[in-house]
Amino acid sequence: MPYIPHTEADVEAMLQTIGVNRIEDLFSEVPENLRFSRELNIPDAMDESKLYAHLKGLSDQNVDATKVSWFLGAGLYDRFVPASVGAVISRGEYLTSYTPYQPEFSQGYLQTIYEFQSMIAELYGMEVANASMYDGSTSMAEAAVLAHGLTGRRKIVVSASVHPHYRQVLETYLWAQSLDLVTISTPQALTEDYSVVDDQTACVIIQHPNFFGSLEDLGKAHDAARKAGAMFIVVSDPTSMALLKPPGEFDADIVVGEGQPLGVAMGFGGPLVGLFACKRELVRRIPGRIVGRTQDHEGRPGYVMTLRTREQDIRREKATSNICTNEALMALAATVYMSALGKNGLRKVAEGTVRNTQYARQALAVQGARPKFEHKVFGEFVLELPRDASEVQKELIPRGIMAGLPLGPYYGDAWKNSLLVACTETRTRAQIDHYAAMLKEVL
Amino acid sequence: MPMKQVPQPISIFEKGSPGRMGANLPETDAPEVDLQAALGDLRDDLHLPELGELEVLRHFTNLSHINYGIETGFYPLGSCTMKYNPKINEATAGLPGFRAIHPMQPVETAPGAFEVLAQVQEILCEVAGFDEITLQPLAGAHGELTCLMLIKAYHDSRGEGAQRKYVLIPDSAHGTNPASAAACGYEVKSVPTDAHGNTDLEALRGMVNNEVAALMITNPSTLGLFEPNIKEICDLLHSVGAQVFCDGANMNAMVGTTRPGDHGFDCMHFNLHKTFSTPHGGGGPGCGAIGLMKHLEPFLPIPVIRRASNGKVQLETARPLSIGRVSAFYGQFLMEVRALTYLLAYGRQKMRNISRFAVLNANYVKARLRDVLPAAHDRHCMHECVLTATRYKKGGVRALDISKRLIDYGFHPPTNYFPLIVPEAIMIEPTETETKETLDAFCDAMIAICKEAEESPELLHGAPSTQIVGRLDEAAAVKNLDVRWIHPSRREKAPVSG
Repeated sequence: MPYIPHTEADVEAMLQTIGVNRIEDLFSEVPENLRFSRELNIPDAMDESKLYAHLKGLSDQNVDATKVSWFLGAGLYDRFVPASVGAVISRGEYLTSYTPYQPEFSQGYLQTIYEFQSMIAELYGMEVANASMYDGSTSMAEAAVLAHGLTGRRKIVVSASVHPHYRQVLETYLWAQSLDLVTISTPQALTEDYSVVDDQTACVIIQHPNFFGSLEDLGKAHDAARKAGAMFIVVSDPTSMALLKPPGEFDADIVVGEGQPLGVAMGFGGPLVGLFACKRELVRRIPGRIVGRTQDHEGRPGYVMTLRTREQDIRREKATSNICTNEALMALAATVYMSALGKNGLRKVAEGTVRNTQYARQALAVQGARPKFEHKVFGEFVLELPRDASEVQKELIPRGIMAGLPLGPYYGDAWKNSLLVACTETRTRAQIDHYAAMLKEVL
Repeated sequence: MPMKQVPQPISIFEKGSPGRMGANLPETDAPEVDLQAALGDLRDDLHLPELGELEVLRHFTNLSHINYGIETGFYPLGSCTMKYNPKINEATAGLPGFRAIHPMQPVETAPGAFEVLAQVQEILCEVAGFDEITLQPLAGAHGELTCLMLIKAYHDSRGEGAQRKYVLIPDSAHGTNPASAAACGYEVKSVPTDAHGNTDLEALRGMVNNEVAALMITNPSTLGLFEPNIKEICDLLHSVGAQVFCDGANMNAMVGTTRPGDHGFDCMHFNLHKTFSTPHGGGGPGCGAIGLMKHLEPFLPIPVIRRASNGKVQLETARPLSIGRVSAFYGQFLMEVRALTYLLAYGRQKMRNISRFAVLNANYVKARLRDVLPAAHDRHCMHECVLTATRYKKGGVRALDISKRLIDYGFHPPTNYFPLIVPEAIMIEPTETETKETLDAFCDAMIAICKEAEESPELLHGAPSTQIVGRLDEAAAVKNLDVRWIHPSRREKAPVSG
């Protein structure tokens, strides 16, 4: 039996100690009519070599970023991950541990979480960060719920230049609590009109760099929120923070984001790691876990999960959130990544991203294709094609290029020729040139 | 048992030296760019560590040595199902065709990924007896929340949304249950447990009416006991138009033996990181699939993944009654790859052994400890047993002291003080992957500790004494809140404590 180590002699001895004759007798409390008597209608058991072959066969059917040149980003990026990250997070002491409810036995993990919180707060220019959230989208939704709880206001204002899936998740969370969502439209890919922000507004949510890769005017967004007494929430890509002035310098109340670019695989979108940082005055309202430094009775320093009275297992229906887990393993990956790259490495990655993006913006202007906007961008931009972007994207795949994200399905017909093109530091000039040549061929 | 001779770990921020880097990064060959011109104002400083690659590895390797996982030793944490996480699952989840794919790439370029999701859904449907599965929730609590959203949408669709204000939850429930109900706008009412450890049916009858949206119930209960009246309970709720949610945390007791879908539940969340062995990773990623019956299907979160009659897997996004999206993409995909690998290792022939041996191990521990730590309810337990340490309380020893002393014996403690209704609760879940020898060693340790509790309680009060730190001052952690390192140049502006 896979993974079950019992011998017949073990079973015999154990049943004798318990005082029953058969394992089935232990299920006597399950009413007869609820016992499942037939065989399960599922595939046959596989040995380890068949298992690997089966899964390998499925994985081979997918077009992945090791097979073609990858220009699809939209919130998840094909970044370089040092081998050291995988080596650390596959260690059984981390991989197979549970939430550090017994701190004396979990000092290693607790310290890494404290270091994670420190690095995320630093990146975003904020005072505190939590131990992570499920993903960027739920992190943003929790931030909005926090703003409602703090201000007592029911209207959440979000810019349309925030990731469309994040806005959909937000809509679901707000519906569940009967809160209102108002979206600022962004036909020019920048948030400009804040006229919907008023004294009923709990928070203003803006993304920077935004979904289109463009840099927003955070000062303007901040002023619009403050004037109305609303909270100011920013969604930010962590890699860009190596170069950009962080939202903390614009007096953001909460900064959230997707931590995947910090050493986590794209993995078809999971598991990811949500980032959540805020002002210190909000620390007792933070959803999820927080690790703090303290000491034992002999004065030795150590770490514990703290401010636990916010959490569901103690506070139950009065908790700040229903969240039980964080994404500890992915947060650990991010911590190793940020430690390995450090200040200079993260800057190098961000700069490589900017250089490749700027180069692609010029190089891909072929056969009537052109950048749709002239905004300042960080790592992606909108390429306007002379015809349907979805068709062009499909024609480029057999030519070895995952060209980007067609925006028509998200923003309507005015965007059907628009393609969101991302360039990470892992792209090369040769790949971009090849993209330009193939684009010329299909247009 | 002497204190481990390990030096106090140093923070990573106090290691390294300016200018050092621990990664061999891609060199960019695109032309240089004036960053200020391209991006506008740049940030001034960035205080991240600066270490060499070997220094980084030593830092995290040494920290791993003061952390305990299933691969380190026995981890009988009740309610958490800390079973072996097979290594083959890590190998399959590491395949580039799974790791390096993007959820927004064209659907037709990832047929293998959708096939993984469809196969997990189909196997879970059959194993748990539900009509539909979605893998979109990202953790157990997220699955609970999603189920409540489905229930809310269901009542709304029948014009009863405003009328149904309450969610009933037994007093033995996980804290996530009431917290999820609150996050869905419901008021919570607590249902008592009777003397046998079952839901108090009489009390429940008095609480059930047409203002109730749902009952959230854990089966087997958090007492590790199968709820013998579960069908009757479901019928009672249905008779007033309410729904019944099953907290599936304890699914490990049921796999292949009994199916929650046959008990009368309308929906349930799974913890694939418990029952189906995706690694807990230090408290996440969780992995919270949900199962549901047909009448809740129209409200499924988008996207819905379905196998068409031609066998091809398809994606449905245009679903007018859907609650919407609950997470950004398709759920914890690489965890689903691990879960599928695990499910197929057991397959049709072996699946039921999971519950059989989980229940055998739990009853064995319960039997071996009965003289020193009696069960809260003397019935056959399911996959875990809840014991009570009240007899040591008069000597000043609490359940927590017993647990902390176990650390000195080299075992991870069980869950303490949960469920809340059992005084001095010690909740032990051994799982099916442990040998008899391990269980015996653990039970011997527990028996020895109980003897110490009577003869030299100070050993327990001082425990653990073998780790790098003793019991930590949690009150001081809150009072002198220190949740991040701050660079010395900024300490003036933002004090570390206060």
